[in-house]
Amino acid sequence: MTPIAITMMIIAILTVWGGLAVALLNLKRHPEDEGALPEEHAPEL
Amino acid sequence: MSSPSSSSAEPVKRETFSTRRLFILSAIGSAVGLGNIWRFPYIAYDNGGGAFLIPYLVALLTAGIPLLFLDYAVGHKFRGSAPLAYRRLHRAAEPLGWWQVLVCFVIAAYYAVIVAWSLMYTIFSFTEAWGDDAEGYFFGTFLKVSEAPGVGFNYVPSVFFPLLLIWTVVIIIMVAGIRKGISRANSILLPLLMVMFLLLVVQSLFLPGAAEGLNAFFTPDWAALADPSVWAAAYGHIFFSLSVGYGIMVTYSSYLKRRTDLTGSGMVVAFSNSGFEILAGIGVFAALGFMAQAAGAGVNDVVTQGIGLAFVAFPTIVSQAPLGALMGVLFFGSLVFAGVTSLISVLEVIVAAVQDKLGWGRVRTSLVVSGLVAAVSLALFPTATGLYLLDTSDAFVNSFGITLGALVTVVVLAWFLRKLPLLSAHLNRTSTIKMRGAWMVLVAGVVPLALIYLVFNEFISKISATYEGYPEWFVGLFGWGMAGGLVVLALVLTFIPWSRKSKAHHDPEYQSMIDEDEAEAAR
Repeated sequence: MTPIAITMMIIAILTVWGGLAVALLNLKRHPEDEGALPEEHAPEL
Repeated sequence: MSSPSSSSAEPVKRETFSTRRLFILSAIGSAVGLGNIWRFPYIAYDNGGGAFLIPYLVALLTAGIPLLFLDYAVGHKFRGSAPLAYRRLHRAAEPLGWWQVLVCFVIAAYYAVIVAWSLMYTIFSFTEAWGDDAEGYFFGTFLKVSEAPGVGFNYVPSVFFPLLLIWTVVIIIMVAGIRKGISRANSILLPLLMVMFLLLVVQSLFLPGAAEGLNAFFTPDWAALADPSVWAAAYGHIFFSLSVGYGIMVTYSSYLKRRTDLTGSGMVVAFSNSGFEILAGIGVFAALGFMAQAAGAGVNDVVTQGIGLAFVAFPTIVSQAPLGALMGVLFFGSLVFAGVTSLISVLEVIVAAVQDKLGWGRVRTSLVVSGLVAAVSLALFPTATGLYLLDTSDAFVNSFGITLGALVTVVVLAWFLRKLPLLSAHLNRTSTIKMRGAWMVLVAGVVPLALIYLVFNEFISKISATYEGYPEWFVGLFGWGMAGGLVVLALVLTFIPWSRKSKAHHDPEYQSMIDEDEAEAAR
């Protein structure tokens, strides 16, 4: 591969997958507030 | 429920995704579809290669994600299927919901057909049934496409029966409901899709010529950034890719529990979708690089998208590559799984809407609604003329169903009903990433401008020449007529009264949420 293609590939992967990693980290830092949730199976099931 | 006799007085509780994780998986399953695999790689290549990353990310951040959150806010705040949620937002907005439901009806009917083809091609991969003429095999031997477009009932059994099988599986998932059906299907199929697709990408990267393919895909053409059509392509792709603006995300988020991190979850969904697309670009172009080398041609000579990529180029690659059968199974199997998880989300829009309108139970609604879509799908598409119909309905429902529908929805919500401050407040109540003034500017400004440009372009291109040179009556009926018919039918459905049993009239669960919200606001 050419250097410019490699560079762009790395930038693409870093921005998009990096964005995903940040989004996942943010979610992990704020766990679900299970206490406030109604926990009931729908009766038709 | 405390007592069985209370069922008519107290409607059954709305089903929910049991965890945030399952919602995220299902939303990713919906967003990741055929388009990520067969559309994105070509769009990126054709619009600046590596340089496309810039308009792509800009479109994602300024239009895709804001619109995704708009859908989330409407579905989650008003806790209903698209028509019910928009009706609760404002009575005048109900037709928007029905329009989205009808768009989903059309999409589901033809989308299932492509999944059925992919299923057959997964099996064909073992024997390389297409021989050395993948194109002739697909259009001639397999689909038996007739010479001219028209309406015929010349059924092709090799498409009809796999389609019947796909519908049977999908109906079972729909009948099982949100937790036992949709959540479970996504939690199995999505990880499986990821593993299979990763294997496919790795295998493609080891093919001779792969580097040439990646060069073609990633080498930036910076001059493309000055071309407005490249930016339009980025916005257009983002709208389709994220499944925003036609009811899916409204419906799915209505099944979320009350205190949920909407924006935090949405960011994961949006970036997973894009992450998958980048991966697909790498896999597809590595394979195309191999195909070009084997043919002694340039990558630009073999590059293609959509049906041509999946059912002509890929079979050719499968025939030539070492361990080709494995590659075929991974590729077509991925199409099947990506397709099924998207198909069920499209169907859920219709099922949820009918369930809300008529006050029916889950099982009955799923059977009737999915059965009806399946019947239409099986009657019209697995025929010798089905491909023409599929192509036309796809083109018109995308332009004048999804895109135009999203434009009207955004303009009505932002400019006529002025609901963005209310929706912004809802998003910020429980979410980690706050959506304030900037979000409203993007939704009320950037999104409609991009959509106006896209709809205008589509209108000009479709009016200046009859689509694909098909007969005028055919495009008039199944293109323009179908797209216009959806709007008329949406208005008709709005005027049909909601059932007495419907949650539109009596929904204690929703009422108690409003009371809670008001109490919280007063504090």
